[in-house]
Amino acid sequence: MGIRDRLSGNEAIANAMKQINPDVMPAFPITPSTEIPQYFSQFVANGEVDTEFVTVESEHSAMSASIGSEAAGARTVTATSSAGLALMHEVLYVAASSRLPITLACVNRALTGPININADHGDSMGARDSGWIQIYSENNQEAYDNFIQAFRIGEHPDVQLPVMVCQDGFITSHGVENIELIETEKVKNFVGDYCPENYMLNPNETIAHGPYDSPVYYMEHKRQQLEAMKNAKEVILSIGKEFGEMSGRFYEFFEAYKLEDAEVAVVVLNSTAGTAKDVVDAMREEGKKVGLLKLRVFRPFPGEEIAQALKNVKAVAIMDRHEGFSTIGGPVFSEVRTVLYDLPNPPKAISYVYGLGGRDVRTIHIESIYNELLAIKDGKDQGEAYRYLGVRE
Amino acid sequence: MDKRKTCNIDPQVNWKNISPGGAITQSGSADLFKTGDWRTMIPVFKEDKCKQCLLCVPVCPDSSIPVVNKKRLDFDYDHCKGCGICAKACPFGAIDFIKDEKQEG
Repeated sequence: MGIRDRLSGNEAIANAMKQINPDVMPAFPITPSTEIPQYFSQFVANGEVDTEFVTVESEHSAMSASIGSEAAGARTVTATSSAGLALMHEVLYVAASSRLPITLACVNRALTGPININADHGDSMGARDSGWIQIYSENNQEAYDNFIQAFRIGEHPDVQLPVMVCQDGFITSHGVENIELIETEKVKNFVGDYCPENYMLNPNETIAHGPYDSPVYYMEHKRQQLEAMKNAKEVILSIGKEFGEMSGRFYEFFEAYKLEDAEVAVVVLNSTAGTAKDVVDAMREEGKKVGLLKLRVFRPFPGEEIAQALKNVKAVAIMDRHEGFSTIGGPVFSEVRTVLYDLPNPPKAISYVYGLGGRDVRTIHIESIYNELLAIKDGKDQGEAYRYLGVRE
Repeated sequence: MDKRKTCNIDPQVNWKNISPGGAITQSGSADLFKTGDWRTMIPVFKEDKCKQCLLCVPVCPDSSIPVVNKKRLDFDYDHCKGCGICAKACPFGAIDFIKDEKQEG
């Protein structure tokens, strides 16, 4: 029936890693993810795991070492944040295109500049085209649960893609909350052994990884990689269900919170979803039909499912904790609005850039968004669709 | 993963059958990768002038000079990229190095 504990998001990830006992962890410290390799290296030092912990000189090296060990046939994990993920950028693509299911704990933090160490999704949003599966977590429990599921998803023969499990820096990574851990035996049985079909340490087979791909082959490889990402959708759903049967906590592409009869909705990912749920509860008490779509899986993007979930709302606010400088709205907004376009009567869609560089997002902010959406639903002119939440004008 | 797929070095292969990640699970597969069409210049073997000293063989970066029974044969034009090193190495003028007209057509 689970183990009750109270852990920070970083501790939750480190504990998941300990229970899984991966073969290799190359990692380089960077705030706010530093604690993950820090806690994990203690587990290694204490002999609680037999993982090969590789102290590398940079995040580029951390990801490169991960690629090498995963290609060798070793289950490999790493963790990073912000500039660390940016330094990995080049090799993130190598991991994905080489179809190596590395699992990375991404603790979301702003990218410089100006220099800032707080929660912001600029790091992982910058990696959204790298070919990695991206799963976002509202709290420490979800970070833990998602991290355990990530291995099954990435390593699935129809997928074979790396997975990053994201959580908000400090808010989730350092905030200590109640958590229900799963018994280690159950985690081990759920995750299972890593048995790749082809791996470099197989003495019975020769294999070359990463050969040059001339124009004759490159495009076919990209198309095939896309298919793996498409396949991931079905796998994510089946693993989420299987995880639920084990733990009682079921996972899908997103959580539709009081969305069924909602007239207006907010789309948001990571910790702000928790704040938004409080607002939804309070406004529902007042009889206002407000709902929330908490996006969990951003890559692959569950477009059709999102459109179906939002088809009956009259106005929707799509929130981005990232400024992409497209000048037409954040990346989550752009993609959600794209899929709404195919609906016969799409809702009015508004982009809110919020919480950049760790700016606090409080219930009053979310409430102001719902009130604005309700006014638009009742006929108020939509006005500027691209807005900043909580910026000083 | 179908193992055969991981060995599929064929310019006609479709995206469904191409090796995942470009991994190659086969030895000596460079032979399947025809690099001869990269050539703009071509070495021409003049057998009558050749003394079979074999100085050209080890300098070929593409192993495109086949040797059978201690004698070199004509070039392997499927893989020769036309670098011309062999022509420079030959002390007997047994290798011409000329424009590859066929490749230009």
